Amino acid sequence: MAEVFPSDTIRCDACPVLCYIKRGHTGACDRYANLEGQLVRVDPHVLLDRAKSQGTPLVPFLEREGAWDGQLGKDRETFVTAIGAGTTYPDYKPAPFIVSSEVDGVDLVTVVTEGIFSYCGVKLKIDTDRHLGPERNLVRAQGEPVGHVSTAEYGSQMLSLGGVHHLTGGTKSEGRVTCETLLDLCNGKEVALVIDNGASITVAANQPPTVNGQREERMRVGCGSAAIGMFAKQWSGKVDDVVVVDDHITGVLSEHQAGKMLGVRETGIAIRGRRSTPGRYFQVAQPGTGWGGTSITDPLSILKPFKPNIAWPHLRLLMVSTTGEHYAYYELDDSLRPVEKGLPAALQESVARIRENCEPALTTVLFMAGAGGSLRAGVTENPVKLTHSVKQSLTRVTCGGAPAYVWPGGGITLMVDVARMPENAFGYVPTPALVAPIEFTLKKSDYASLGGHMNFVRPLEEVLREKDRQRQFTSLPDNPWPLKPTPGRGGA
Amino acid sequence: MREPALIQMLADGRRLHLHDGPIDLIVHADGDTAFVDRAYRAAAVRFVTILHELCGELPVLRARVGHEKPHGAVARSMFAAVTPYCPDRFITPMAAVAGAVAEAVLAAMTQAAELERAYVNNGGDIAIHLAPGRSYTVGMVERPEAVSLFGSVEIPAESAVRGIATSGWRGRSFSLGIADAVTILAKTAAEADAAATMVANEVDLAGHPAIRRVPACEIAPDSDLGDLPVTRAVGLLSPHDIARALDDGSRYAESLCAGRRIHSAALCLQGDVRTVTITDRPGRSPLPPSNTLPQFPSRSLWHA
Repeated sequence: MAEVFPSDTIRCDACPVLCYIKRGHTGACDRYANLEGQLVRVDPHVLLDRAKSQGTPLVPFLEREGAWDGQLGKDRETFVTAIGAGTTYPDYKPAPFIVSSEVDGVDLVTVVTEGIFSYCGVKLKIDTDRHLGPERNLVRAQGEPVGHVSTAEYGSQMLSLGGVHHLTGGTKSEGRVTCETLLDLCNGKEVALVIDNGASITVAANQPPTVNGQREERMRVGCGSAAIGMFAKQWSGKVDDVVVVDDHITGVLSEHQAGKMLGVRETGIAIRGRRSTPGRYFQVAQPGTGWGGTSITDPLSILKPFKPNIAWPHLRLLMVSTTGEHYAYYELDDSLRPVEKGLPAALQESVARIRENCEPALTTVLFMAGAGGSLRAGVTENPVKLTHSVKQSLTRVTCGGAPAYVWPGGGITLMVDVARMPENAFGYVPTPALVAPIEFTLKKSDYASLGGHMNFVRPLEEVLREKDRQRQFTSLPDNPWPLKPTPGRGGA
Repeated sequence: MREPALIQMLADGRRLHLHDGPIDLIVHADGDTAFVDRAYRAAAVRFVTILHELCGELPVLRARVGHEKPHGAVARSMFAAVTPYCPDRFITPMAAVAGAVAEAVLAAMTQAAELERAYVNNGGDIAIHLAPGRSYTVGMVERPEAVSLFGSVEIPAESAVRGIATSGWRGRSFSLGIADAVTILAKTAAEADAAATMVANEVDLAGHPAIRRVPACEIAPDSDLGDLPVTRAVGLLSPHDIARALDDGSRYAESLCAGRRIHSAALCLQGDVRTVTITDRPGRSPLPPSNTLPQFPSRSLWHA
């Protein structure tokens, strides 16, 4: 054939159909794809090897084949996850895999499927005190609204992205971009977001966030007042007054209860802002990306003139932010005006200590979704029984082997930390909706009693035999082993 | 690297799984154990050459039906199944490939042994065999990726139906329409397969902004559909639009029923279901009435 195809097309030779496959697409079989110009088999499903401890090496399947005795031994514990399990097309079994295995003498069944979630989204916890934008404001990706700013948490800003309304309730482009944003965040990729009347940020799961081009290194040690309480003793005698600048509560050593207890003398300092209790000030400035999550770039802007009847020349003043990232040292001149000087060695340690006590700032991504009627029907003929079973902790829910927290109340609404899941665990369908792995593990007898598809239960050894479709991963050491349910609500 | 055809029994020890390239068959037969065994062997023997036979004639099979006829047995049944559509619609023999393959394997089985019941399920396109007095119950799902049954159909031996097929834009093959699924009952699996493709194409809303279409060749360069726009995404539609699209599809399905090309059709679009069946024949329709949710069937046969 003399047809000319673009260079991003390859020809598959896995079968005589010899499909031409474009980059990013699959052939007629849906099993082989062109991934970056390479022919790859795209339907592996992930097996988690239980790691005894951190660093257990990956065990290639072939090496163990000869010794496989069909039982789950103590050192060869394998859990089949739903990643790449496929949905139920072409459909000849209710869920792609219903796997039985025996653990400690109990016959367990794991129903493995890739759920298609139109009701889903991510919650981002961004460890920063910088002001990202007013609560309730829209968060945009590629100009499309994909979520909003939610209520702030201690030391962290919260974004709520996705959800059915952005996915399917808006324009086509909004749905597509929302789906893409969620998919990238769930698969650990970096995403650029812009908040209306707020900051531009770059975030990725378990990576430090970047706010307006500046990489966030640390969380604040506490609010300004808390920082005074924590470090008052180290400052006492080495400096006359300390102001810890913070967007929430700015603390002043000489006025603060902690300073009083240590006998710190009044300094005549005067702060712009709303005084809450002695030494604690709200709203010293606008929220922003400067000092301590405020808009401040010059810390002296929050000071009014020192009271001349109390202050004295050469008075020593330290101003520091709640992360220790910003600091300045001043001494008053003869007319009681602060003059910046180098930070004395005696104070360097305390500033370093603030920094040290700040945990690394990360963006954490929780995937949140509801397992609806049709997904549950793949598990049992009577879907509500599955819900009840999950609520009663008889059924353990995992996503790619990672524990899922099941929100109390109706339905199966779950949350899972995407960083605990194997990489590239998520996919999408153009509906648009996310495809996420979900596994339900329960006793075989319980499975039968909730109307499970018992005819479709396959022994683990048989699933393992289909080795050309499998990838093996060592389970993350922090994750509880999915086949060993711990008692507790939702199995998390 | 050429992957060999796969021939194995499924875990239940009852069903045979045959896989080669894009063909994936689930085979089941009921009857005397020795006969079932003989039938499965015959199925495997027939199966291993099918993909090669078809690939030898791919250019003809991928071309719009015209004067050039293919030679192989399966290819000829594909060609025969699509020919009735070609005067007024675009169709290639590939529209019937899945059903024709299922039929050919089933024929090999029934020639080899006497069976009570048997089916060959080729990814949702199914050929069935029924001895007198036997029947199959078929469960239907509207979205292949989410198994929930919207209905079930009982096919008794005395019915003329021996083929079932489903088509829709969510399936593995491209569709020019927007139906989530169209399930067809017809005399043969190849005929059902061709009809499902054509009826699914007719469930459509031309120019609707919520529908994303892409020329087939942009996704699969060697698609038999060339640069025809195939459906890639369908946004939420208003009840009015859903009804309009289903009206068009149903009208076309009714014309196929009237011409005796199919026995019944079930059309699904965003939760709405329409059924159409041959009406001028005495006896109860094998399809449930529109928009009713019948009891879950016994799982003797599932398809997407």
